[in-house]
Amino acid sequence: MENIQMNIIDIQKKIKLGEVTSDSLFKDSLNKANKYQDKYNCFVTLINTKEQVNNPNSLLNGIPYALKDNISTKGILTTASSNILSDYVPVYDATIYKKLKDSGAVLMGKTVLDELAMGGTGTTGHTGMVKNPWNSECLIGGSSSGSAAAVALGIVPFAIGSDTGDSIRKPAAFGGVVGYKPTYGRVSRYGLFAFASSLDHLGCFARSVEDVAIVMDTIKGHDEKDMTSLPDESVVYLDSINNDIRGRKLFYIKEICDRKRYENINDEELHKTLDNFYSVIDKCKEMGFVVEEVSFDETLLNAIYPTYISISCAEATSNNANLTGILYGPRSDAKKVNDMMFDARTKGFSELIKRRFVLGSYILQKENQEKLFFNSGRIRRMIVDKFNDLFKEYDGLILPASGGIAPKAGSDDLDKLSKRYLLLENHLAIGNFGGFPSITIPSGLVNDMPVAINITGRVKEDVVVLNMAKKIEDVLGCKNMIARGDK
Amino acid sequence: MRKIVIGLEVHCEARSLSKVFSTGKNEYSLEPNSNLSVVDLGFPGIMPVINKEALRKALMMSLALNCEVPEKIIFDRKNYFYPDLPKGYQITQMHKPVGINGYLMINVDGVDKRVDIHDIHLEEDTASLDHFGNYSLIDYNRSGIPLMEVVTEPTMNSVNEALGFLEALRKVFLYCEVSEARSDKGQMRCDVNISLMEENAKEFGTKVEIKNINSFNNVKLALEYEIKRQTEILDNGGKIIQETRRFDVDSLTTISMRNKVEAVDYKYFIEPNIPAIKLDKAWIDEIKASIPKLQFERVNIYMKEYGLSRYDANILVKEKENALYFEKCLTYGINPKSVANWINGVIMGHLNKYELGIRDIYVNEKMLVDLIKAVEDSTISVKQGKEVLYKALTEELVPTEIIKQSNMRQITDDDELRTLVIEIINDNKPMVDKYKSGKNILDFFVGQMMKKTKGQANPSKASQMFKEELDKS
Repeated sequence: MENIQMNIIDIQKKIKLGEVTSDSLFKDSLNKANKYQDKYNCFVTLINTKEQVNNPNSLLNGIPYALKDNISTKGILTTASSNILSDYVPVYDATIYKKLKDSGAVLMGKTVLDELAMGGTGTTGHTGMVKNPWNSECLIGGSSSGSAAAVALGIVPFAIGSDTGDSIRKPAAFGGVVGYKPTYGRVSRYGLFAFASSLDHLGCFARSVEDVAIVMDTIKGHDEKDMTSLPDESVVYLDSINNDIRGRKLFYIKEICDRKRYENINDEELHKTLDNFYSVIDKCKEMGFVVEEVSFDETLLNAIYPTYISISCAEATSNNANLTGILYGPRSDAKKVNDMMFDARTKGFSELIKRRFVLGSYILQKENQEKLFFNSGRIRRMIVDKFNDLFKEYDGLILPASGGIAPKAGSDDLDKLSKRYLLLENHLAIGNFGGFPSITIPSGLVNDMPVAINITGRVKEDVVVLNMAKKIEDVLGCKNMIARGDK
Repeated sequence: MRKIVIGLEVHCEARSLSKVFSTGKNEYSLEPNSNLSVVDLGFPGIMPVINKEALRKALMMSLALNCEVPEKIIFDRKNYFYPDLPKGYQITQMHKPVGINGYLMINVDGVDKRVDIHDIHLEEDTASLDHFGNYSLIDYNRSGIPLMEVVTEPTMNSVNEALGFLEALRKVFLYCEVSEARSDKGQMRCDVNISLMEENAKEFGTKVEIKNINSFNNVKLALEYEIKRQTEILDNGGKIIQETRRFDVDSLTTISMRNKVEAVDYKYFIEPNIPAIKLDKAWIDEIKASIPKLQFERVNIYMKEYGLSRYDANILVKEKENALYFEKCLTYGINPKSVANWINGVIMGHLNKYELGIRDIYVNEKMLVDLIKAVEDSTISVKQGKEVLYKALTEELVPTEIIKQSNMRQITDDDELRTLVIEIINDNKPMVDKYKSGKNILDFFVGQMMKKTKGQANPSKASQMFKEELDKS
């Protein structure tokens, strides 16, 4: 196996033994990135000159990694994959970037996302779509598309992404890699270009839960620049991932994944994905997990998607109101200042973004707030309260990360009001509603494409979620998968 | 007669080291764009962090204005596009501000008046814009400076009451030391609401808002103009349009900006990056305890307990330091009225002349009291006392030392004085004749006495003796 495609701990061993240097790792990573760039389009920017702080105490010392291009990096172009920021070079570092820099990790590139992190297809970035490394005719999903694909292709051992609805965990599922969204506040958001602040999380991709734990140990922690960040905790995730899980209790939701509900749907991938899920459940039981089926109010589950759209679009209109082309971004030559802003925003955003802004603005209007915005907040609260109740009894929720494999590019979207879409494709947003730690791990292949399961746990109990995920990963045999590329 | 109904929204910058949500410096600077952090510029990815000192000051004002302070406070976003607003929204307080339902007691022309406060909230200031011919410049120094906004209920019924409230509120800011509250530095600005109410009407008339007036005098001019404008419209049977106007300093008129239909929907919602802040009761109690006695209360005490006139009391409380100086003097056991006279006379004259504060002068409370005592026990005359105080202030000397060194004393001994009186009468025969012919020239003789004794004679005693002697002969 190539050095760059090994586990972080194994790479570290080789560095210590002098069998590989961080310089050569960086070069390998960059070469791979260049090799795959035309075909898969993972990166907006590649860093051609290696810069590293030497930190021998850190497991990430000398390890190349990629950052999603909506994370502020001083002096390095950061576009959020949007035309309105196509020439924006930040003047300050995000906290997560600073922490990684201090750990000795080496930034090798900034990855493509769905424009402004809105969208879940990987097709809306201003530099073109990101393709699925397992089959370039398929989508990788999004919005952390380039980060997912770069890890799936073995370009980097880990990459950073952001997750507002499922933007780490869904592309991780479609790319056959591990994707982790920690507890809200566990990782500082300072420097993450905000999409919907109450739902936004930073997290990471890697090819094993162990590597995720190593990255998390570096990027977590209280930050005085982010008032929503949690106090420091003394636990080291890496040290806890192999704890005994016997007796841990998991639940899945009947209304989401009961096979009977989908009997009449003619969708082979869906059925195989559900089969895969139930085989995972069986394995979990064998390992000593207690797994139970729980019934959940379907009305609330059906409300997840509209609730997510209302809250995220509303916050997004406000969060992106700074993009006027006045302080930065393409400045219009219109005479009046309102025309300048109008011009810059008309040209700078794609149709999808404008649609979301219009929606968000409508939801926030005085006459609509009570009905649309506040009710969304109430539904969010109801859903979170119910899950918190369930988490009193259970250590985690286990569900299929998606109802199928990565969709083909250009295929018709799923009917957004269908059961499958509303339930199987949107439940990951529960993790964002409640700030619950949530991880997607690959669970097998369906029609030669990866499928995955997701585990979501109690707020602040990242360590338990990582521990359970590691143990399940051990029995699934899907660790360290690297996309085989097109046949 | 129609009833005037006025409500005010007063913005005042709070004093603090850094800005309200960033580490940018909160300092008045003439150099544009010098006090900035990335947060003040609204760059992508920035997040606000509340400045605890600014919050403390806002809470202090809330308590000083007798507001109810909630257990938890929340910040909200006010969304609108304007070039002075780098984030495209302003962080302010809408749902749970630092205080609601307060009041401030003021005194207008001798009448006490309670002005109800709807709320006080903490927010961030915007950048400032300078407009030139065909371009404008933005100075972000002001962006993010902590701003306290006090919103009154429409409870003021005259221009004088509005101005009285503004003055009194300014004093609260100054007494609490939360702001310099200077309008020349743009630290205090004001929006006014005004409507006219028909006699016997049960509901308010249609209100007009005048935005962003930057001095008290302009508030006065804007209100006067607006009262005249609205009165004329109503007299001619017209209707007032609910609208937002601005005060034009060149024409001294108000000009319409937008009407109700065009009113901006600010799409307020809770700021997701600032969790609700639970206010610790001990902290609130501590803040409450740090609020000094305010102007209105002091005036009442000075009048009721010390017997001062409202005029004198008002002068003393104009600056908190002056009031404290006065009160310290009283601790040395002295008649409040005479201390007030000395402070409001010689000392105020000196302070005004040299533009000093009372803490800048050499003569402290004890020194002043010693001097007043010397006058009151007739060691020296009032006239001498004033001269000593002038000298002490300008040359930075201890008044009692001046008295000692210049052998200053007052001739109060009756025999000694009478001898001098007779001498002066004998030396000025022509003037005595004049006096006897009915001319009131007693002051001439007293003057001669003061000249002869180099001011050491007690003038009132001397005057009485001259009268006795002259009438006798």
